[in-house]
Amino acid sequence: MRVAVAVIGGGPSGLTTAAALAPMVDGEVLVLEREAQTGGIPRHSDHLGYGMRDLKRFVSGPTYARTLTDTARDAGARLETEAMVTGWGGERALEITSPRGRRIVEADAVVLATGARERPRPARLIPGDRPDGIYTTGQLQNLVHVQHSAVGTRAVVVGAELVSWSAVLTLRESGCATVAMVSAHSHSESYAAFRIPGRALLRGPVLTRSRVVSIDGKRRVRSVTVENLDTGARSTVECDTVVMTGDWIPDHELARTAGLKMDSATRGPVVDASLRTSRPGVFAVGNLVHPVDTADAAALDGRHVAPRVREWLAGGRVAAAGIRVRAGAPLRWVTPQLVTPDGGPAPRGDLLFWVDEYHRAPRLRALQDGRVIGSKRTAWPAAPGRIYRAPWSLVAGADPAGGDVVVELAV
Amino acid sequence: MLGGTELTVTLVEGRDDVGDGTSKANTALLHTGFDATPGTLESRLVARGYDLLGGYAERVGIPVERTGALLVAWTEEERDALPKLKDKAERNGYHACEIVTGNEVYRRVPDLGPGALAGLTVPGESIICSWTTNLALATEAVQRGVDLRRGAMVTDVVRHDDHTVVVTTTGEVKARWVINAAGLGADHLDGRFGYDRFTVTPRRGELLVFDKLTRPMVPCIVLAVPSSRGKGVLVSPTIYGNVMVGPTSENLTDRTATGTSEEGFEFLLGKGRALMPTLFDEEVTAAYAGLRAAIDRDDYLVDVDWDQRYVLVGGIRSTGLTAGMALAEHLLELLADSDLDLTPRAALPPAPRMPNIGEATTRPYQDAERIAADPEYGRIVCFCERVTAGEIRDAFASTIPPRDLDGLRRRTRVLNGRCQGFYCGAHTQSLLEASL
Repeated sequence: MRVAVAVIGGGPSGLTTAAALAPMVDGEVLVLEREAQTGGIPRHSDHLGYGMRDLKRFVSGPTYARTLTDTARDAGARLETEAMVTGWGGERALEITSPRGRRIVEADAVVLATGARERPRPARLIPGDRPDGIYTTGQLQNLVHVQHSAVGTRAVVVGAELVSWSAVLTLRESGCATVAMVSAHSHSESYAAFRIPGRALLRGPVLTRSRVVSIDGKRRVRSVTVENLDTGARSTVECDTVVMTGDWIPDHELARTAGLKMDSATRGPVVDASLRTSRPGVFAVGNLVHPVDTADAAALDGRHVAPRVREWLAGGRVAAAGIRVRAGAPLRWVTPQLVTPDGGPAPRGDLLFWVDEYHRAPRLRALQDGRVIGSKRTAWPAAPGRIYRAPWSLVAGADPAGGDVVVELAV
Repeated sequence: MLGGTELTVTLVEGRDDVGDGTSKANTALLHTGFDATPGTLESRLVARGYDLLGGYAERVGIPVERTGALLVAWTEEERDALPKLKDKAERNGYHACEIVTGNEVYRRVPDLGPGALAGLTVPGESIICSWTTNLALATEAVQRGVDLRRGAMVTDVVRHDDHTVVVTTTGEVKARWVINAAGLGADHLDGRFGYDRFTVTPRRGELLVFDKLTRPMVPCIVLAVPSSRGKGVLVSPTIYGNVMVGPTSENLTDRTATGTSEEGFEFLLGKGRALMPTLFDEEVTAAYAGLRAAIDRDDYLVDVDWDQRYVLVGGIRSTGLTAGMALAEHLLELLADSDLDLTPRAALPPAPRMPNIGEATTRPYQDAERIAADPEYGRIVCFCERVTAGEIRDAFASTIPPRDLDGLRRRTRVLNGRCQGFYCGAHTQSLLEASL
């Protein structure tokens, strides 16, 4: 089987890519989704907050997921669910397992839209017992919104970023009180718009500058031990549920098994402003590239990449090596990571960062070979736990013959 | 083996599943016995068990991967110890070890950290699925007519002249002979027969399991040379396509302390980083702690009490996974002169064929013909481990069905992957609830 474009992942970025591409290309645009429904993570997030930037509406997660699904289908894309790409059978050939069989699909272009997930407890190396009652937000929302199962009565939420408050909302809906939130940062990381109504739901403190050092309980969670990072003081919080929120990692297995050039900071593939990866005809969009931005921002990558994919299908050139952009601490990562001569501007004209410290109105500086090639003060803060945006123009003027560009805070 | 005779046999398991105590948290190596203490019962039974279990695994479909092992010497002292280890292997009847140079060590395992001086190869050491091993043996026993009682904790033993009554939390069992293979509880049960001859010390071993993307870094089992620095940690591929680092070794008193600890993680991170730095740039998929049943002597403790018609099989540590079938054979030899008729029955059911949950051979999701015949094998429920709805259905319909999520994990690998339930946790739980 051969298609013009295979989009791997039917979440916001994949569906939007397909919706934009289907009317543009002659051949088939096939979206491969391993879950039983398309829509991705918003499907499980049954509260308002979706669609502002792309749909110019303010809707719930499930409504957003349905809208994007309908739009992609109406545009002529084929959506195949319960179809998991398990590996590569060639440069742009995909091994697929579904109840309809095991097959290989060859594509002229591949768009990876595999998204990101939260690090579960073991990856965070939190010791202690292994009782029931420990979830990630994704699993919690699936349990509550999709399976309609009960969770517990007293929860500790690990993290205090955007998604963490989403977890608090879900817990409340299932009748479970959030008795504490634990964050390593000195401020709660979320926007006030979520934090302030969220505060009203919280039945306990936000423990900042803290970490969970142990989970206890044989069959069911009984308590967690929290340590203050500054004083080392430890306290016990009794609870029957622990939700691990945030701490995102891209679902990068296919990117890695393809042998794409990877960024050790985002742990996603290295892309240029056209969202091209190191393999010709393979693109990457959404939270695989920037773990994680909001769903609507991930979706807008799809609109951005569509014309680039069309150019490739029309005989476009392979991306030149390009100049690598790197982030200097406390900026943890930056994307797009490559300035290529024909890459054009980045999606929405933004250079995206993740930061480890809060800065109210930071000034950024881009350096190449010791020379400042761009600087910019943003009117908005850089805060841990969410994407920080700066103009792509900071790095767009990089000398194609020069060395790596480093973007850092000029404080 | 007893199930294959005319005897009536009851297998009493205190937990809700077979292999749910020390067995499930084994390092899952099929040992050649090269490093056992020569002349011990353990040495003999591990060597014999290696062949028995290796053959049985092929017959019933227990996943095995013949990776081989490499002991790596990092100090002069360790390098000097290699010839003695080779000699010891030979005294254990194992003759395939070879001493190799540092260069050869790096050729075999290029991702090792700097400083390896030399190595000793053990080509026969293999990795095996310890979960399937226990399930296969129990399944075959049940299919031969053994009465398996799960969740039956022994609370008392009442001895009579011609029989013994074993009192459990789910009822009494009247038996002519009793075999004590109670692992961590073997000394307590032994006490019920009036003995005070050994103490089981729960020895906690913590393990880190790394993401499948690391598997190519570890082509074989990398062992430490026992030395004055103490027992080092091993880095091993797992049969499920991951990499494992561990175990720690810590004597405890609490026989239920299966939690991981800060100290354990620190130890593993410190040792492991020196051993293979690049591995620690990758994600940890799971952290486990298991208890081994260490006893205060350097061999298995197998003894027949002819008066009480009682057999003790104690002190069976980690090597017991390999030695298990040989232990059974040994017991039958010991009991040959007893009043039990151990003649095999004429018509025995065929050995079971276990589902393949290893990465060495084709899994159902990769099997085009199987999916065409039954689309449920194409419906992937657990994305990380690629477990299909067909396999989960089969587990519920099996001879010894799982009673909880952990039991289902051990039969299918569901939920064991890098997302730890982010995607399929809720769905899997609903499947389990529907089955109970």
